[in-house]
Order: sequence, then structure tokens, then C-alpha cells
Amino acid sequence: MKISLFVTCLGELFYQEAAKDMVEVLERLGCNIDFPRGQICCGQPAYNSGYRKDAQKAAKQMISAFESSEYIVTPSGSCAGMFKEYPGLFQDDSTWHEKAQKVADKTYEFTQFIVNVLDVEDLGAVYHAKATYHTSCHMMRLLKETESPFKLLNNVEGLELLPLENSYDCCGFGGTFAVKMLPISEQMVDEKVRHVEETGADVLITADGGCLMNIKGRIDREGKPIAVKHIAQILNSRS
Amino acid sequence: MAMKIGEKPFFDRVDDALDDTFMHQSMANAQDGLRGKKIAATEGDEAIGDWEDWRSAGEEIRRHTLENLDYYLEQLSENFAKRGGHVFFAETAEEANAYIQQVAKEKNAKNATKSKSMVTEEIGLNEALADVGCQVHETDLAEYILQAEEGDRPSHIVVPSLHKNKSQIRDTLKEKAGYSGTDQPEELTAFARSQLRDVFMNADIGITGCNFGVAETGTVSLVTNEGNANMVTSYPETQISVMGMERLVPTWEDLDVMVNLLSRSAVGQKITTYVTNVTPEVGLQSVDGPKDFHLVIVDGGRSKALGTEFQSALHCIRCAACVNVCPVYRHIGGHAYGSIYQGPIGAVLSPILGGYEEYGELPYASSLCAACTEACPVKIPLHEQLIRHRQIYVEEGYADKSEQAAMTAFGIGASTPSLFKIATKGAPTFAKPFVHEGSISNGPGPMKLWTKIREFPAPGKENFRKWFKEHKKGDS
Repeated sequence: MKISLFVTCLGELFYQEAAKDMVEVLERLGCNIDFPRGQICCGQPAYNSGYRKDAQKAAKQMISAFESSEYIVTPSGSCAGMFKEYPGLFQDDSTWHEKAQKVADKTYEFTQFIVNVLDVEDLGAVYHAKATYHTSCHMMRLLKETESPFKLLNNVEGLELLPLENSYDCCGFGGTFAVKMLPISEQMVDEKVRHVEETGADVLITADGGCLMNIKGRIDREGKPIAVKHIAQILNSRS
Repeated sequence: MAMKIGEKPFFDRVDDALDDTFMHQSMANAQDGLRGKKIAATEGDEAIGDWEDWRSAGEEIRRHTLENLDYYLEQLSENFAKRGGHVFFAETAEEANAYIQQVAKEKNAKNATKSKSMVTEEIGLNEALADVGCQVHETDLAEYILQAEEGDRPSHIVVPSLHKNKSQIRDTLKEKAGYSGTDQPEELTAFARSQLRDVFMNADIGITGCNFGVAETGTVSLVTNEGNANMVTSYPETQISVMGMERLVPTWEDLDVMVNLLSRSAVGQKITTYVTNVTPEVGLQSVDGPKDFHLVIVDGGRSKALGTEFQSALHCIRCAACVNVCPVYRHIGGHAYGSIYQGPIGAVLSPILGGYEEYGELPYASSLCAACTEACPVKIPLHEQLIRHRQIYVEEGYADKSEQAAMTAFGIGASTPSLFKIATKGAPTFAKPFVHEGSISNGPGPMKLWTKIREFPAPGKENFRKWFKEHKKGDS
């Protein structure tokens, strides 16, 4: 199967290991991956802050980069969710609206693609740890994807998956919200970290770069002994 | 006082809220409790069937009503007037208050009882009536408590005194109302009850809000748990109901759907204790019920939302389901919003009714997690409307200049691959002076706020594009 990798700006700048793991997992599943070189950022920082025109610029760039792709797969529920917003961003422009719709329709988050398109639930991964999973809001509520990560994680040998209290509550990232509303975001991430700690997990797993950056940033600042990993890192693990 | 709560700037109000550890904890506990009850009464209750079908039915009723608002308003007011009631359409809070003041003056009213109503809070009716010598007595228990503490305002749409604990309530009643008992809820309630009994008996006017006006019969429908609306509507000879112009349903069948959605979404009750339905009965020689009944229908800025992307915000039935799941409200409580409408719906409605100058910051007080949209029983796309508000805020030039410049730069960067390539290549070198042990603790420029409380990741040393290219070469 031919797929195009949308690695996301966070993936490209900060989380290359996770991106590589994703590539390796998908290749093992028989995917022929290409990397459209025109890709940059989905535009969510501008879109969510109210800068529609600047978001449109980013969106046009991405639509052009991916319009000839068969499938678009990304290691971020939130960025996949942003692709789904593209048609709405070009409501007044029928040409771009149509292109945007096509791109939106063929976009999948990484675990969603594996489970729902490739119909695979066991990747033969081995990872010995007590872990808990952070369900990112955009993946849950914009993509309506709640099951795929769990289906895959439940088949990881050696992984003990612990339930996370109030998992439905946002971690306080929200893009620019994390700095614009700093005191509120701080309370939100602190509560999230507290719940993670209460599980007794050694590892927090998530399928979203934004949440990862936020929660890991706080955990590391507080010096807590909890590792934060992207789900691709766990699913590509063999030990 | 009206819709606005407090004079302090937004972040000062947030700081106040975060300093109030009791309030902070209380909001979180209340959310957890209400959320559990709501799920049990909606998704978890077999008797009601598929909750999503109910939501769709609710959305359809509200959309149909709002799309035909002029028709149903006319039907409601005709039916209300036909039975001897008086209808007054008020474009502004001032007009509504002036009309109600006039009624009070004509009746020479000194005391009025009121059953909790957001819209009378919104227009500042208590103060307006005090100006003409008529004291308004709040009769909902929570509102009674807030009124005792002068200047206190609702912090939640459905549970207005959520920010106060038992001992604070005891102290307030001791100081202001001559209470001498303990902080046991039963004892506090019994005291309020005994005080309110006299108030009910001596009221010249009864004032209520209106959960739903039923157009087909001209009925005001009120949903309460304390029965105080029944006392307010059955004792005084004169009744005034104040409703937001969108708060109506076409038929009784529709009312049935809406009351189910409201009580289950608000507090997880299958049905509320009282659904009080009052229709004018002038000349029908009814033994109870008002002899003189006024319905004041308030626009108050609502019509600005008609025909816009915000029209569906007027579908709101004030259940606070969005408030009860909002992680921002959870931490800052209601007063920090500076409006009597709090949480996500408050952040959407307040700028519509009160303008961006006053409430423009509220749409940013959301991480756009969309929990509100998911919870709304009438499917208002709340998080999308928050984004829409932000767009207007930016387009109308309210946004910070440095943010505007940053976003312009973002737009250029995100649409120029060559620039992005340079940035990704250069990032590790640029960041190097700030990186310690793999992350940045004290970032420069725009990173500064982030690193105030969190580590910022150091840019990865390996260039992914390069890696991928070489990786693919290995394939062939």
C-alpha cells in the first residue's frame, strides 16, 4: 500500500525518533512510504488563535504537498484533526474547498490507519513496563478515535496498561493556550501529572506531539521519574 | 450590576480564583459528581433509549424554533395575550427594566419574590426595582444565600452558590440574617425556609424567568427543584415573567423533549422535582394563579446572533452541561469569567451580548478540547464558535500586535518550504546555547512563557528529511 507520511512540524523538529519508529512499523506492515517534501505545518497554531488567513496559507501549502497522495498518515491525532478542518477553512473558495475535502478524506492518524485501514491489531511489539495512556482531546473528539491505540497497546507483550483517572480531561496544551493562559494551563497539566503519578506507571504513552511536549515538559521540570513516549516508540519496540 | 461580574482584569480574576483553594477544589468535586450523574441519566439509562437520538431531536427542535423565531414569538405572544396576559418586547435591558418598574409603580409594590432566573440577573432587575422602592427577594435557596451576602453573584448557571461552603454560608446568614444555628445543611435550609415563608406571604409581585415559553398555548414553563416557582406564581396577584427571546418551544411535545434534555444534562436527574407551567387565566376565575400576568421578552443583543454562525448559540437551554465538563472552568470557577454566563457557553454568549471590548478575552479561555461540544444536549458546536470569535477578534484588530506579527511570520514560514528547511537545519545550532541535559529550561523570546513552568524540548540533532532520504536509498 502506498502512503504519504505527514510527520508534523513537532515530529520533524523534536520527535524524530518517534517519526522513525512510525516509518519502521508501517514498512513492516508492507507500506510503501513517501515523504512529500513540501510539507511544513498543518496551520493549527494560527487557526486556533483566530488567524484564518495565515492558517489558509499553511493549509494551501499542505494541500498542494499531499493532493496526489493515496493515503496520508500522521503520528498526531490533533494534526490529523486539523486536516479535517481544511474544508471549512475554504468555504468561500470552491476550488480549494474541493481539494481540501479530498485531502481531509484520505488522512489518518497512525494507530487509526493501522487498525481501521490495514486491519492489524497485533504488531508483535514487546515492551516491559507499567504504563498509562493519555487520550488526546482532538484524537478523541475531533477524530472520534478512541479504540485503536488501546487495541494495539493491549497486544504489546510485557506492557501493563493502567487506567488513568479523568483521562477525558485536557492536559492543558491547546497550542497557544499553553502560554497565553499560562496560569490555567499550569493547573491543568499539574492535575494531569498528578493523575499519571497516581497510576504508579513508569511510562506515559500518547499519540500526540503537542500533549507529549506539554506533559513531558512539566514532568521533567518537576523531576518526576516518569518517561513520556510517543505510541510509535512503544509499538516499534522489541525488548 | 447586570451581566458583568467584577471590575478586575481577567488575569487578576483568574489569580483570585486560583488562590481560593476551597473554591478550586469544590468546582473539581462538583464536576466529577455531576459528570457521573449525567452519564448515568443519559448514556447509562436504558429507560431513555439512545441519548444521541435525544440530542438530535433537541437540536432539531431548537434549530427549527430559531429559524422560525418571528413566527413562534408571535404565536406565543398572541396566545398569551388572548388569555388576558400582557406581552412586552424589550430590545434592551433598560427597556425591560423600565417596563417592569412601571408595573411595580402602578401596583405600588414594595416587595417582590423571584424564582431564579438568569435573564433577570442579566438585565440587573433587582437593582432596577430597588430604585423604585420595590425590594426583590430571591427564593431559590442558592440565590437566597447569594443575596444575603451583599454583592455576591452566581458562579454557576445551575448551581449558583457552588463557590461557597457550608461554614461560609452559616457565617453569612449569621451576620446578615440573624441565624444562630450550626453549619448542618438541613438546619440552614430550615432557617431559609422559615424566613422565606413570610417573604412569600407578603409579596406584591412574583417574578420568574422562563425556561421555555410554549408557543402553542402561551404558557411559561419553569423547571425547579425547590418548588419556589410555584410559590412565586401562586401567591401574588401580579406576576411578571422575563424571558430571553430565544427561550421558547413550539409545542408541548417539544417541551417534553427539552425538559428531559435539561434535567438529565444539568444535574443527572431523570426529571426535575417541579415543572411549573403557568398560563394567563384572566377572567377564568381561577383560585390560584396571577390576576395580572406580564411577559417581558428580552432581546438584549440576541438578535445580533440571528443569521450568523453564532445563531446556534441561541439554542442553549442553560443546562450547564458544557460548564460541568470544561477543564478551564474546573480550575478557575465561574466568577473569573466576569459574566453571569460562565464556562464555554459563557465564553460564546458573553461577547455576543456584551461585545468584544468587554468579553473578548473569554473565547481564549479554552484549550479547544471540545469536551463542551461533546456534552451539549442540543449540539451547539461550542469549540468551533470559540474559534470563530477569535477570528473576529483578530479581524477587528483587537489582538495583540506582537501576536499578529508572529502569526504573519508563521503564515510565511508555513508556506515557504525553503525557509522551513533552513529553520529545521539551523534549529539545533540556534538552540544550542539554551540546551542543558537535552532540554531548554530558560527559553529565549516567545519560548520564555513556556519554560516558566515546563521544559522545552531541544531540537533533535538528526535531520529527519535527510534520514528518510538515506533510508529510502537503502531500500532500492
